[in-house]
Amino acid sequence: MTDKNKTGLADKLSKGANDGLAWVDARFPLTSNIKAHLTEYYAPKNFNFWYFFGSLALLVLVLQILTGIFLTMHYKPDADLAFGSVEYIMRDVPWGWLIRYMHSTGASMFFVVVYMHMFRGVIYGSYRNPRELIWLFGVGIFLCLMGEAFFGYLLPWGQMSYWGAQVIVNLFSAIPFIGPDVSEWLRGDYLVSDATLNRFFAFHVIALPLVLLGLVAAHLIALHEVGSNNPDGVEIKKLKDKKTGFPLDGIPFHPYYTVKDLVGVAVFLIVFSAIIFFSPEMGGYFLEANNFVPADPFKTPAHIAPVWYFTPYYSILRAVPPFPGLGFIPPSQFPGVVAMGVSVAIFAVLPWLDKSPVKSIRYRGTLYKKWLVAFVVSFFVLGYLGTVPSNVWGQFGSWLGNADRATVVARFFTVVYFLFFILMPWYTKKDKTLPVPERVTGA
Amino acid sequence: MKKIFLLLAAVSSFALTPLAFANESEVALDKAPVDASNHESLQRGARTFVNYCLNCHSANYMRYNRLLEIGLTEKQIKDNLVFAGEKVGDQMKVAMSKADAKKWFGAAPPDLSVEVRARGADWVYSYMRGFYRDNTRPTGWNNTVYDKVAMPHILYELQGEQTLNHETHKLELTKPGKLSVTEYDALVGDLTNYLAYMAEPAKQQRNHLGWLVLLFLGVLLVLTYKLKKAYWKDIH
Repeated sequence: MTDKNKTGLADKLSKGANDGLAWVDARFPLTSNIKAHLTEYYAPKNFNFWYFFGSLALLVLVLQILTGIFLTMHYKPDADLAFGSVEYIMRDVPWGWLIRYMHSTGASMFFVVVYMHMFRGVIYGSYRNPRELIWLFGVGIFLCLMGEAFFGYLLPWGQMSYWGAQVIVNLFSAIPFIGPDVSEWLRGDYLVSDATLNRFFAFHVIALPLVLLGLVAAHLIALHEVGSNNPDGVEIKKLKDKKTGFPLDGIPFHPYYTVKDLVGVAVFLIVFSAIIFFSPEMGGYFLEANNFVPADPFKTPAHIAPVWYFTPYYSILRAVPPFPGLGFIPPSQFPGVVAMGVSVAIFAVLPWLDKSPVKSIRYRGTLYKKWLVAFVVSFFVLGYLGTVPSNVWGQFGSWLGNADRATVVARFFTVVYFLFFILMPWYTKKDKTLPVPERVTGA
Repeated sequence: MKKIFLLLAAVSSFALTPLAFANESEVALDKAPVDASNHESLQRGARTFVNYCLNCHSANYMRYNRLLEIGLTEKQIKDNLVFAGEKVGDQMKVAMSKADAKKWFGAAPPDLSVEVRARGADWVYSYMRGFYRDNTRPTGWNNTVYDKVAMPHILYELQGEQTLNHETHKLELTKPGKLSVTEYDALVGDLTNYLAYMAEPAKQQRNHLGWLVLLFLGVLLVLTYKLKKAYWKDIH
């Protein structure tokens, strides 16, 4: 073949590819979508460490769906067979143990990644105008994830699965008047049973994943409409190149952030694999020892605790004292249940609580930072206390009514947790902020 | 910002100490000699398990021919371990029905497939060495690790008879068995090792594969990092 023929072939191939693309573009907006969302979607150039977690959350979502599909092929949603089918996956299904550990580790890592992603939103004010809807869709995703985790946790049908579900479903019976009927309706029986397992399976593998995918799509559509925030909280769309019309401080998402996110993916997979291959139980935090005992409705475990990602809210539930009863109103656990619900739902109103003139923590004053630290400490302390029995630190003396030390500490931090939100309009307004620059600074 | 991260790190390291469960932390447990690469120990443990435990306790999720992994041949498994009438591909089941077991012992003996994952190897190791004579119990036996346990001391002939000294709270061997103390501890050690292996037979493969995966991902990290650097050369 001569050189001339070679170029001729290359020309033909590239012409063929272009023709093919033109054929698709005439029928489907492929090129324009790639441009709008990747090659000409401009993202601020100063993203830092905290900005890896959005794409990582998407990666974990895909991993959970893929591993979940393969688990569904071998799992039996039946109270007599469920526990055994999980062990069958662990032993007899080729690579079943890997798929199962990926899924169980993925559940915990999903929350790690999402908590980091949410914290990023908090410290850089990513929930502020014009991104309130992105935040709201995100809160919806978070709620959905909690549902996924809760329903999925029943499926291995171990003791912790069973009694965890029993405790959470029973919370609904604390609702005045309709409570007992609601929890019976959720269980489909008078106690957690085969009927409950079947419906939780349906919620876990189809109902919630559909809602989750819809919310993720809405989250991304809203994000791409207004563009990403950044560590400086500066709107990059305000300053555009006069010739091209692209933001001066923006760079195309592809290739810049696709290659950068690949580094994040590699680091994440190293952590993820280290857990899967060397410590899938994570000292009892990811897979609890008691869940290797088959569910037994007649044997309540001495200590029932939810998985680590629910423990801050579980601590709040336990910390709030029950209503003692008044006149014809009977005593009730309802206050604790309400406090727990509000502790999660309150994230949704964050955009309207923050009255600061600046978005990013970089330009906020010390007052806000102190409150943020208090909140983070509360979250971790409550999280820890939720994993242990409330008598873990012993009791105070009779001068405090012999109250459990851990309960008193949990009550204190529950108050701090809520004050972070309730006082936010006040301390964000009063805070001494720094001037915000015109352009983004370094990462 | 730095302070916040330091605080986060401090708090999270505090929170990540392994969970201790209230009902298990009361008794000091002895460290079990678990070594999944010691095939001879696993084989001895498998023999003890089949001869003594498998009469009452099933291992419903474990197949006999999985023992090929620990160096046994199919013929050895068939001749020495599998009960008459069963195939090497069968699971380790027991003939005793749950209802009978409940009638005879007051509680059905639990399946032991994943017992070590539920209670820990140290628990099993200490438990099997913790039986002592207690005539207030229906079986005549009690246990330091599991008070008022329904199970009688099945390895009694081998270990002999221990009694609990109520002053020192220590066990004393009052009637020697066929084995010396060291021999008995070794036997229970092998048995525990086998139970630990049986609780997760894929564990060795998992750990071995893990290094290869991490090696691959390490290379991937270097390559992706270089790719990122190359693309970002012109961004300031």
